[in-house]
Amino acid sequence: MTGIKQKKARKKYLEIGGYTIEDRFSGLDSGVKTEMLKKMYQIRNFELQTEQFIIRGMIHGTCHLYIGEEASAVGAVYASNRDDYITSTHRGHGHCIAKGADLDLMMAELLGKETGYCKGKGGSMHIADVESGNLGANGIVGGSIGIATGAGLTCRMKNNGKTVICFFGDGATNRGIFHGSLNMASIWRLPVIYFCENNIYGMSTSVKEAFNIKKISDRKHAYGIDGLTIDGNNIIEVFNVVSHFQQKCRQGEGPVLIEALTYRWRGHSKSDAQVYRTKEEVKEWMEKDPIKRYSRELLDSKVLTRKEIEDIENEVADDISKASDFARKSPFPDPMTVEEDVYA
Amino acid sequence: MKDNREITYLEAIREAMQQMMRVDENIFLIGEDIAEYGGAFGVTVGMVEEFGKERIRNTPISEAAIIGVATGSAMTGMRPIAEIMFSDFITIAMDQIANQAAKARYMFGGKATIPMVVRTAGGGGTGAAGQHSQSLEALVAHIPGLKVVMPSCPYDAKGLLVSAINDDNPVIFIEHKLLYKNNKYIQYVPEELYDITLGKGDIKRKGADLTIVATSFMVQKSLIAAEEIKSEKGIDCEVVDLRTLRPLDMGIILRSLEKTGRLACVEEAPIFGGFMGEVAARTAQEGFDFLDGPIMRIAGRNCPVPYSPVLENEMIPGIERIKAGISKMF
Repeated sequence: MTGIKQKKARKKYLEIGGYTIEDRFSGLDSGVKTEMLKKMYQIRNFELQTEQFIIRGMIHGTCHLYIGEEASAVGAVYASNRDDYITSTHRGHGHCIAKGADLDLMMAELLGKETGYCKGKGGSMHIADVESGNLGANGIVGGSIGIATGAGLTCRMKNNGKTVICFFGDGATNRGIFHGSLNMASIWRLPVIYFCENNIYGMSTSVKEAFNIKKISDRKHAYGIDGLTIDGNNIIEVFNVVSHFQQKCRQGEGPVLIEALTYRWRGHSKSDAQVYRTKEEVKEWMEKDPIKRYSRELLDSKVLTRKEIEDIENEVADDISKASDFARKSPFPDPMTVEEDVYA
Repeated sequence: MKDNREITYLEAIREAMQQMMRVDENIFLIGEDIAEYGGAFGVTVGMVEEFGKERIRNTPISEAAIIGVATGSAMTGMRPIAEIMFSDFITIAMDQIANQAAKARYMFGGKATIPMVVRTAGGGGTGAAGQHSQSLEALVAHIPGLKVVMPSCPYDAKGLLVSAINDDNPVIFIEHKLLYKNNKYIQYVPEELYDITLGKGDIKRKGADLTIVATSFMVQKSLIAAEEIKSEKGIDCEVVDLRTLRPLDMGIILRSLEKTGRLACVEEAPIFGGFMGEVAARTAQEGFDFLDGPIMRIAGRNCPVPYSPVLENEMIPGIERIKAGISKMF
């Protein structure tokens, strides 16, 4: 058998959430697999650095850290094309980095500097890079679900073959815009992946308190669309499931509601005493560290050696310290620019 | 459409959309019952036959999603015109209007462009009571990032809507229900495409003694009041139609005031916190030297729009109340 034939013969299918899904991850080039790990580290380290800035009082507003959820953003974004769209949330640094954002410009924005993505006008909750397809983080829970749906309508009307990944949390699914948008996307069969990162808490309110259904993905029945619940800490599963539905979306068989189970290691924002959860629970989830898990996977499958992983970690540490330096050294915006950019 | 090009406000609005849609395929309409039904007030009648259901896009009753979808599609290259059936229903979509469409550009440091129009029917006088009769322009005009347009006649409606569609910002275009089909206000409207710059007011009646500032249907009422008070008391009113609330043309108000020395602001919305409060405050600050007396505000009473015609007429300023207000200024 030739190599190619062998690969074809080995095409593997997985049963996930009642769907038969091709294991496209295993066919990925090892360079891409490595890049995915690097992105996860970038997110983790960016957030750890941000946390340091918070502690030192250098972040003017608040920040919502993505630590612990890295597999969701990276797995989903890497399953899509470079020119596909995403919309993000108040906990958006991870989505933004996964989508290829410049770390320098992101960090500068967090510090409110002129050189930041939004010239200091948006801060942590509003980083966007429309040209690269990142239609923005959003300070309103569920706020971007309508925007993602609209981007999906553009893809449909222009027939441009693009798709949209709409990230939101468990809390957003109880907002009205979730209902209106998913219903609209369903009747128009829009190419939108509604990607719910269920990290168990909407601020302090547990999903147990806020829902009377077992799985958020069960809401697919209300809209007549596909949907399933997956392990959001398993980047390979995220990648495979999103790839599968990306293809369906491109064939006009969207949208889909994917619920990715994950956990934020830190509090909701910088002012959270975390009285609503136990240390044991946090510890339990930290043991399910998505980065460790994926590293192990890459070691086992001999994509990377331990040394190579260490090199990646060091490289990322350099990237982050470079971004921090850039941000710190950048000037604050000129106060006279305050009324600029209100109108086109 | 009448042969001599004397058309209604509604026909002028429809014509602006039709003509713009013929030249730009990125323009589409999205809203409730706008296809076969032709919209609750009939503005889009016949459009689905020409443009099809993709571009005359009926939606479920989901105002928040309508505006959210319009915003997202505008951000990615389309030029949506969203129809919100009654302006009262913009409150259902308020997050999408105030927090998303209006703010995205600024919050993203000028990187997003949102060329969208939200067309909606405002105003009372139809017996539809509190939830279908409001004048909520102050609510939207207050929000930086939005432009707010309120045409008073067919000619302006067409030209202003063309500008609103061409504008790269979210524009709230508030139409008045009592102007739509009223033959009393038909007007010659050129067939060719033309635009009227947003942010420029228009003098609808020249006068020497007093400046009336109004918008939308109140311009029409003010014009009648001005004619009557001229013949009854010899007071010669100048009527300034703002056309656009935001951006606001203060220049036209001040220039008129310099001539007349007196300012009456007329609006349909409840007086408390009404948009004309902004006009009065700016005038007091920037045009104090031109004022020969206090600024008069003639506006809606401080209650929801009631149902009974007797009560509704009391709530919304009519011609008599405008005249009474003006008389008090001399």
